[in-house]
Amino acid sequence: MKHLKKATLAMGLSTALVLPALVLGDVSDEAKFSPKQMTDWLHLVMSSDRTVYTRLIVNRLQNKEKVIKASEHFEDDKALVLPAQMFRFGAEMVGEQTDDFSYSLLSEWPINKQNAPRTEVEKAGLAYIAANKGENYYATEELGGTTYFTAVYADMAVAPACVSCHNDHKDTPRSDFKLGDVMGGVVIRVPL
Amino acid sequence: MFMFGKNTVYWLAWVALTGGLVAFFLLRLFAENPEEDKTVFLPGHTSDGHYQIELACNACHTGPYADRDAMQQACEGCHGAALKEAKDDHPKSKFTDPRNADRIAVLDARYCVTCHVEHRPEITGAMGVTVPADVCYLCHADIAEDRPSHEGMAFDTCASAGCHNFHDNRALYEDFLVKHMDEAATDIEGRLLQANLRDIVEQLPDYPLDQHPLNPVDLAAQQWPAEVTVSEEITADWLASGHAASGVGCNGCHVATEDGEWLESPSHEVCASCHRGETDGFLAGRHGMRLDVEKIGQTLPAMQPASARLPMKSTAGAELSCQSCHGAHRYDTVAAPVEACLSCHDDEHSKAYEQSPHAALWLAEQQGEAEAGSGVSCASCHMPRFDRDYFWGTFTHNQVQHNQSANLRPNEKMIREVCLNCHGLPFTLDALADPQLIQNNFSTPPTVHVDSVDLARERAAPGT
Repeated sequence: MKHLKKATLAMGLSTALVLPALVLGDVSDEAKFSPKQMTDWLHLVMSSDRTVYTRLIVNRLQNKEKVIKASEHFEDDKALVLPAQMFRFGAEMVGEQTDDFSYSLLSEWPINKQNAPRTEVEKAGLAYIAANKGENYYATEELGGTTYFTAVYADMAVAPACVSCHNDHKDTPRSDFKLGDVMGGVVIRVPL
Repeated sequence: MFMFGKNTVYWLAWVALTGGLVAFFLLRLFAENPEEDKTVFLPGHTSDGHYQIELACNACHTGPYADRDAMQQACEGCHGAALKEAKDDHPKSKFTDPRNADRIAVLDARYCVTCHVEHRPEITGAMGVTVPADVCYLCHADIAEDRPSHEGMAFDTCASAGCHNFHDNRALYEDFLVKHMDEAATDIEGRLLQANLRDIVEQLPDYPLDQHPLNPVDLAAQQWPAEVTVSEEITADWLASGHAASGVGCNGCHVATEDGEWLESPSHEVCASCHRGETDGFLAGRHGMRLDVEKIGQTLPAMQPASARLPMKSTAGAELSCQSCHGAHRYDTVAAPVEACLSCHDDEHSKAYEQSPHAALWLAEQQGEAEAGSGVSCASCHMPRFDRDYFWGTFTHNQVQHNQSANLRPNEKMIREVCLNCHGLPFTLDALADPQLIQNNFSTPPTVHVDSVDLARERAAPGT
């Protein structure tokens, strides 16, 4: 319940504070929040939703109650969407609707190699959060002529399902993840 | 004082010629009549997919000063839904992510026109569009690091070998190949989807069930204006149709407007009042795209078989409408899937159908010698029924896909919705890659082999 309350609080906070700042940005010249505050709040919502889905839906139904499996090919296998896919689908939907911010889920040990760090900030950020557990990484970077505030947050193995799925996947470059390990990072960008 | 010189005649001729040319082009450009021939402005042969609407310049260019974003909107307006349906592996959102800024500097995949250039027949491929040969290589040059089996493969073979598509890989991804790799060439128990409108009609949003309850209606209850002549053939056709059995009488189609006016020839929009999905497919496909005023932004005359690029019979009918294939009043669901097609289409593939194994199965089903869904008509492959989800899968309608593009090119689009109903994946991949089979309407075994299943098998179970 504690996690649910946190998630609810986070979603409420973001709705009350972040969204008006995004939506009403054009009607006010005053900067309401720093990019760091904005990415921190966005990440709080993302990680809370992600944790709730991973624990209460996937881990519970697949591993504990054995009602349904989660699969990368969820439609063909009539299964649950993997937590990482749910996160990416959300990121794609956001990408279709706004350029005000973007986010992605990356890893130094990606199952899909396209999700390995590519920019210097991504590389430095993922290395930093893996080496400094509990800390985030913030930087600015220029991509395609635009300067971005880029924040990198650790993505942890929050449930046994995360560990077993990644360790056993045929394309994984790493098979020794344990519960609580940093498995990758959430990268959020805001154009400055 | 004006003096005639020796060049005056030439000058006058030049002025007259220039003025004439300017007038000619301006009159054509701003002609109100949509049928006015504007082909003179076409910068080159239009691709097959756009040929029919090439006179509606604004359908794609949207206006004289339209930028690339406006054109992209036009592309997505017609093709966006199909890409979503195809689970597009390279959606625009993948490239708007700033982390791919260096990639779009090389190949700006946010825009369709980066790869698919119109009016360039000299570089338009067999699939009907232009595609840079190195489109995959630009981002996946290091693929052999993950897939040693791909070492040494040429940069332009990813798609041309029948293994990958940029957008639609629903039937080509590795785990799918592994799952289906041991399937037999043909499953004689395979059956195609059957109509289920009657079963789900009460749940269909916007179906006018209040006007047409699903009860049979008889001739005695029908009315029509005194000046309208109704032949015995018409009444017999209607009485034998699904319409008469489903509460749709004469006025259901002929009086479709609020003012009660009798329509002599109801348009596709009248059909759409009950068959919206089918009509949308018709308007998106080769038979009706000229009539989609909303998408192309102007009125064009309906397509005629005589104007087609494909070979058509000289006896083919005139303008295409719903009735061209379904036959007014009769709406024969047995004639439409084969007879209607072959009454116009006259290419080698079409002409070979009647001698094909598919046709034999269709004939057996129609003669009551085989189960429903065991026969294969022209429409079974080119306008198949698909289980259209409503409300995210709350119920499904086995709707006929009237947009041929959904299963046309690249022909791998057909694999899941069509071929796999009765055939195994390895056989299907080989058959679709064999031009000779396409020509003879799949009447002989494939002589081409696609390696993708072998590669997937080797990785899943080495040495087997």
